[in-house]
Amino acid sequence: MESDKFLIAGKHYLSRLLVGTGKYKDFKETQTAISESGAEIVTVAIRRTNIGQDIKEESLLDFIPSEKYTYLPNTAGCYTKDDAIRTLRLARELLDGHNLVKLEVLGDPNTLYPNVVETIEAAKVLIKEGFDVMVYTSDDPIIAKQLEDIGCCAIMPLASLIGSGMGILNPHNLEIIIDNAKVPIIVDAGVGTASDAVIAMELGCDGVLMNTAIAAADNPILMAAAMKKAVESGREAFLAGRMKKKFYQADPSSPTSGLIK
Amino acid sequence: MKIYVNGHQKNFEATELCLTSLIEKLALNEKKFAIEYNGEIISKSNFSQTFLRDGDKLEIVIAVGGG
Repeated sequence: MESDKFLIAGKHYLSRLLVGTGKYKDFKETQTAISESGAEIVTVAIRRTNIGQDIKEESLLDFIPSEKYTYLPNTAGCYTKDDAIRTLRLARELLDGHNLVKLEVLGDPNTLYPNVVETIEAAKVLIKEGFDVMVYTSDDPIIAKQLEDIGCCAIMPLASLIGSGMGILNPHNLEIIIDNAKVPIIVDAGVGTASDAVIAMELGCDGVLMNTAIAAADNPILMAAAMKKAVESGREAFLAGRMKKKFYQADPSSPTSGLIK
Repeated sequence: MKIYVNGHQKNFEATELCLTSLIEKLALNEKKFAIEYNGEIISKSNFSQTFLRDGDKLEIVIAVGGG
């Protein structure tokens, strides 16, 4: 599948699986799981550093080197456009001018459902400032289109609530979003296991972004490997074009002639 | 002088303190971080010319695990 490359903000990627770096036991497990997943784009969060810590304390970025991975700083935990913009300006400074970002503006701490009004306003400002904005949003096709129209480089609708593992609750909305889009559509949030990732890719999504499905598995390393295969096989099935479903009518796979009489 | 670093008050005896010296005092020099000084991002090249005053507010951030 060397020719089936995935283009985000002018850069080609081979892997259509994007992964988060949160909720792992330690940085070693983070590193191994990400390596097994084959992901090239990895999300990171921006947080206050602990003051007065040990100078030798390990840091996440040492385990996921920039030579090997494309960082995708996020705005997790931001509930206003101003907080999200502020976070990503700091991320750009922190990552030496890196422009590719994941914008998410949340609306409610219980559901972590996106506040699409604040998201749209934040995206406008960030795009004007030269950021390449991959945007987390609801599965509303109208909002997805608006985010594309203002210049977001990838639209990332939820499959279900962040960290819920509920899978794809509204595949038909995702199909509408995919059919209307000219930028990559990446399912972000809600994937729980490999079959969810396969379904997202079979629907025609360009990629899948996940964190908890891998990190919260009993064996995150094995789940990371499973997700790699799931995204690949879902993509291949989508490209291959599935057979038509035939209700109430079977069709034998073996010859109907030459039967022993 | 009193400076607020990530919401915590820090007291320094020095009367003159630039961001470069502060970073050393906080043992952050080997880390990858970014600084917001009174609401404005300061690039690393300007650390040595940025002198802190009583009551200044700093936010020092790093990248951590997240989804």
